[in-house]
Amino acid sequence: MIIVCFLAPLKQYGKVLQSNGHINSKNGASGMLSIPGGSYHAFLRRKDQPAVIRVRRFLLDINAVTNEDFLTFVKANPKWARSKISRLFADPGYLKQWADDFEIGNDKIKSSPVTNVSWFAADAYARWKGKRLPTQAEWEYAAAAAPVGINRGARLTRIILAWYDRPNPVILPPVRSTYRNTYGLYDMHGLVWEWVDDFNSVIIQGENSGDRTSVNSFFCAAGSLNSVNKEDYAAFMRFAFRQGLQARYTVKSLGFRCAKDCAGFN
Amino acid sequence: MKVVNLNSRSSQVTFLRRMLLFLVPVFISFTGCTQHAKTDAPQSDTAAVTGEYSPALTFAPNVPEARYSTTPKKVIVEIEVVEKIMKLADGVDYTFWTFGGKVPGPFIRVQEGDEVELHLDNNANNKMPHNIDLHAVSGPGGGAEATMTVPGHSSVFNFRALNPGLFVYHCATAPVGMHIANGMYGLILVTPKEGLPNVDKEFYIMQSEFYTKGKNGEPGLQPFDMDKAIKEQPEYVVFNGSVGSTTGTNALQAKVGDRIRIYAGNAGPNLVSSFHIIGQIFDKVYVEGGSQINQNVATTLIPSGGATIVEFTCKEPGTFNIVDHSIFRAFNQGALAQLIVTGPADKNIYSGKLADQFYYPPIPAETGKKDNPVVEPTALEPSFADRFKDGHALFESNCSSCHQATGLGLPGSFPPLAKSDFLMGRQDMGIGILLHGINNEPITVNGKHFQGVMPQLSLADDQIASILTYVRNSWGNKSAAIKASDVKKVRN
Repeated sequence: MIIVCFLAPLKQYGKVLQSNGHINSKNGASGMLSIPGGSYHAFLRRKDQPAVIRVRRFLLDINAVTNEDFLTFVKANPKWARSKISRLFADPGYLKQWADDFEIGNDKIKSSPVTNVSWFAADAYARWKGKRLPTQAEWEYAAAAAPVGINRGARLTRIILAWYDRPNPVILPPVRSTYRNTYGLYDMHGLVWEWVDDFNSVIIQGENSGDRTSVNSFFCAAGSLNSVNKEDYAAFMRFAFRQGLQARYTVKSLGFRCAKDCAGFN
Repeated sequence: MKVVNLNSRSSQVTFLRRMLLFLVPVFISFTGCTQHAKTDAPQSDTAAVTGEYSPALTFAPNVPEARYSTTPKKVIVEIEVVEKIMKLADGVDYTFWTFGGKVPGPFIRVQEGDEVELHLDNNANNKMPHNIDLHAVSGPGGGAEATMTVPGHSSVFNFRALNPGLFVYHCATAPVGMHIANGMYGLILVTPKEGLPNVDKEFYIMQSEFYTKGKNGEPGLQPFDMDKAIKEQPEYVVFNGSVGSTTGTNALQAKVGDRIRIYAGNAGPNLVSSFHIIGQIFDKVYVEGGSQINQNVATTLIPSGGATIVEFTCKEPGTFNIVDHSIFRAFNQGALAQLIVTGPADKNIYSGKLADQFYYPPIPAETGKKDNPVVEPTALEPSFADRFKDGHALFESNCSSCHQATGLGLPGSFPPLAKSDFLMGRQDMGIGILLHGINNEPITVNGKHFQGVMPQLSLADDQIASILTYVRNSWGNKSAAIKASDVKKVRN
């Protein structure tokens, strides 16, 4: 079956593409949108990397994967259940917001982004759906789009900082409860942090292991020296967050959404 | 290798020469080694530790007790990062990011040479990644590089406290300024091997700024304002994390004679502090928290991201205001803490006001221009009407707050003056009361028992005469006018 990507002019937000093996649920219908190819200005780069990265057209989930979505995955793949999973693939916080292996338990979070999932679990879910995790470049590119609708005109940095200012809510709100951007994507900022495929590509290590003179991680002045856009200080936090992650980590405010290649078109 | 031929003299000489050439450097290098071992051997930074313990961590203004050891120890320190909403000022809340749930974070006390094992926990309910940079650490990032931690996880690293001194620690996750501005800082004291001199009280104070969207005092939950932080224009400058944290009932307490040591840090993120205690002089200042000691300093600088240690002895009782002497910060933005000292006063050190007099300007030299001459008020006793009017005004401003404009006082607290037998029956006509006040001696007024304090006001003879004339002729009281000379007689 060939997935054909139609050109999605920016004005047509409603064009949703069905992907293989996808189950449409009433809330948080995880349809995908075609994100047109373009350029992404790298937030942090090494001297030998270009400042501007080309991103090819790709498909991205309209909203984050929900608890309900993830439950269907766990039921179909019981080795990813909370009590069965190997500690190599998830730390003890895995799905701790659920009542049991195959039971969410709290109706209020059915349509909220699934969190407390490791990179391994997120990656497994994506593959089960015939999808994959987005790359950091793809995610950042898609997330840079401006808000539309009632949030039109709001600066992304303000939305992000307002989110940083608020403590974590006791009940995580459902997907599509924050803003929509010009690509038609919901909640790229302001709901949860999201896994990307190459989350630790941000760490720039020197060629020698233990090379402490290289720009290494997002502490102190190191991050600001190499940042292309110092005004985007909200982004520092996001990159710093990724740098603290390991693939088996689960975090209460970290979820994910899936991407997919567009065959044929560029 | 060529066989040495020692048969001929010349070859013997050559051989000896060669041996000398060989041996001399060997000899030098041996002696050189010994010299090297004596003077250039590196300090033992990593002498073996002889045990481990977990010290008590205290929150401001308290300091953990001193603890001395002749050998280095392993010190286990665990700090949890918590993001929480707390009070910044009256009616003003702020989402603080904290070490240990409070701002500033806990006071860590170790000894020079100790090995510190630091556990940084990031509470699972937090949203942000955090780490820690301690200025006492010799190593990349001061520990920040080793402790980047996402919520629900924990990082551990070890460091040797090589240098004694008082150091700041803070979160160093990018953007660092924002993490500091939101409250992530504290102090770590590395006491010198020989220890610090004994004092009676030790306190922990940390100055910092807050940059809020709303102006100083605007109520509600205030978000962080990055533009103001970049411009270095805070809305609040405070000690120990909030306005009023260390004033009034929360003030530091000490007694006359106490030797005090204050560990004072400045977290910034931007401003340098001009640290001063009004009415005290620091006879010892450990400059910038290091080993250099300055003496007899009234105002000392605390760098942003730095600290100082000050020592002084409390000589007089009273309330002593602790300020940043960039003074608008103290009185308009909150940089005010207090030290209350109780105990006996020594008038030889500080007398309080001795006199309140009319100021006669000096007679100017003849310049052809004459100032208005000072006219000595007439020495004649004022009329009854004048005394009464003057007394009324003085009564309103000095007495009515307690005794009321009606002269009825407050039952149980302030005795009435209206038809008061206590007042009207006195031989000194009440002059003694106004001269000396009443200090808790029990009295009976119109059959009712009173026991309290009437403050001793510093009033001139004329003023006392006027007040008494008024009081003794109001609300049903009737008497002759009181003269200034009457007051003078009682006073002497």
